[in-house]
Amino acid sequence: MKTTWWGQIPSSLYVLILFVFIYLPVVVLVLFSFQDGLTPVPPFKGPSLQWYERLLDNRRLMESLLNSVVVACASAFIATTLGFLAAYTLARRAPRFADFARFLLMAPLTVSYLIIAIGLLITFNLLGVSKSLIVVTIGHIVINMPLCFAIIFSQMGDHQRNIERAAQDLGASDIKTLLLITVPILRPALFASFCIAATLSWDEFIIAFLLSRFDVTLPVIIFEMLRAGLTPEVNAAGTVVFAISITTVLFAILMSTRRR
Amino acid sequence: MTEIVHPYKRRGFDFSRWAITPALCVTALFFVVPLIIMLSVSFWQRIGGKLQATWTWANYDKFFSKSYLLEALFNSVEVALATTVISVLLAYPLAYIITYRVPRHWQRFALILAILPFWTSYVVRSYSWLLVLSENGFINSALLAIGIIDQPISLGYNRGATVLGFAHFFTMLLTLTIYANLIQINPSYRRAAADLGASGVQTFLRITLPLSIPGIAVGAFLAFVITIGDYITPQILGGNTEVLIPQAIMLQIGRAANFPMASVMSVMLMLVVTVTYLVFARYLKMDRL
Repeated sequence: MKTTWWGQIPSSLYVLILFVFIYLPVVVLVLFSFQDGLTPVPPFKGPSLQWYERLLDNRRLMESLLNSVVVACASAFIATTLGFLAAYTLARRAPRFADFARFLLMAPLTVSYLIIAIGLLITFNLLGVSKSLIVVTIGHIVINMPLCFAIIFSQMGDHQRNIERAAQDLGASDIKTLLLITVPILRPALFASFCIAATLSWDEFIIAFLLSRFDVTLPVIIFEMLRAGLTPEVNAAGTVVFAISITTVLFAILMSTRRR
Repeated sequence: MTEIVHPYKRRGFDFSRWAITPALCVTALFFVVPLIIMLSVSFWQRIGGKLQATWTWANYDKFFSKSYLLEALFNSVEVALATTVISVLLAYPLAYIITYRVPRHWQRFALILAILPFWTSYVVRSYSWLLVLSENGFINSALLAIGIIDQPISLGYNRGATVLGFAHFFTMLLTLTIYANLIQINPSYRRAAADLGASGVQTFLRITLPLSIPGIAVGAFLAFVITIGDYITPQILGGNTEVLIPQAIMLQIGRAANFPMASVMSVMLMLVVTVTYLVFARYLKMDRL
């Protein structure tokens, strides 16, 4: 179907309006993080980096940033490893209980984070386990493992199996085959899975909020900062969080598409 | 698939068979068991601040008799429905334009551009909308400057703001799912319709739209389920005139440490999600995603 140039005007206009809608909050957030003043609202004065300096001086915030990185990396690493091992069994062995196993592994995706958090909160409370970042990490493993499993499973095909067989024919043990053949072949998928899980954990609020006490993660600190009202310091923190997430995701997309 | 017995296979511990165990254990221990415990606690009683393991419907009676608890659930369903409908209406044309008007090799770029702000964190995204909507915020300043209004109007801290914040997020998500669906539709269907004399509108209504229902359904389901379980967006944008079910649950957890009532409301929330799933089930082929 041919469209004349004036026929394109309505759709171009629509795309423009929607992009304004999609980008307006982000632009306002980032712009006013450079505000030279006390409130992140128009008129824009600046640019100034004073609020980023304030972030660096905020010890509690810097600690939480470190906590977030550790929780994100730990939970993403464990979720990717366990998801990969599960995918390995299901792709290579096709066990009799495969359908049920797949259902069980994917089930956490269908339940709200809030409900998973409440369930863990009540359970650990009854067991007398106190809230900590370790408990938060467990929560993040639960929510991310289904995704890691799905990403990795979708990339495991029978063609890889022949290479694994060849390795075994040459005398490699199961574990050696896994580490020297399967993992390198699947590196793009494993990497994408790790990055996506780390980003989701890094951003996650409700589980981190309900299951941590003294040491907390960055989204929890940002939420606490909101009680003080609108301040450019939150803009600066939000901009940093956004920049790190975007970098990780784009990196994951780049790495996983380049090798296809 | 028939399992080929490998001639040189060593005996002993069969690694590839047991590799799935840790994942299954984690899911069982930290997902299934907590949900079962939560379900049990919803039947427990709190006597003198202590939990008593009982088996009573009293908490559920209380939930259905206290109008403000039930109302929170209805509010949530309304907000989730409004969010879903608005997001579909906003996202469909965008996905359509990207699929049929943008040259093929630019589509990937356009799509990434359209969903980039998806990765702003939940807390920060809602806060950003506050910056845009507040009384001295971006929109009010712009309108005052142009002279359309002479008094700042109140845009934030109400249900509209909550729905707007949600719709912003899910417009991006739905653009993705609908695009993924539209791009898979065989172009010859549309060409055949045109050859047989169908107008553009007819082709859309009779061919493209029906074939893109699965993409809409997947996105709409995700939008509904995530919206109805989200605490942060209504908490930041919604003001204090009404509470949604996640906020009501958090109130029970926080101030009252009332785990049984929080469990009851969580169970009700899960029921709503399950019913939604059953409604959408015939369109949801999750394994295709």
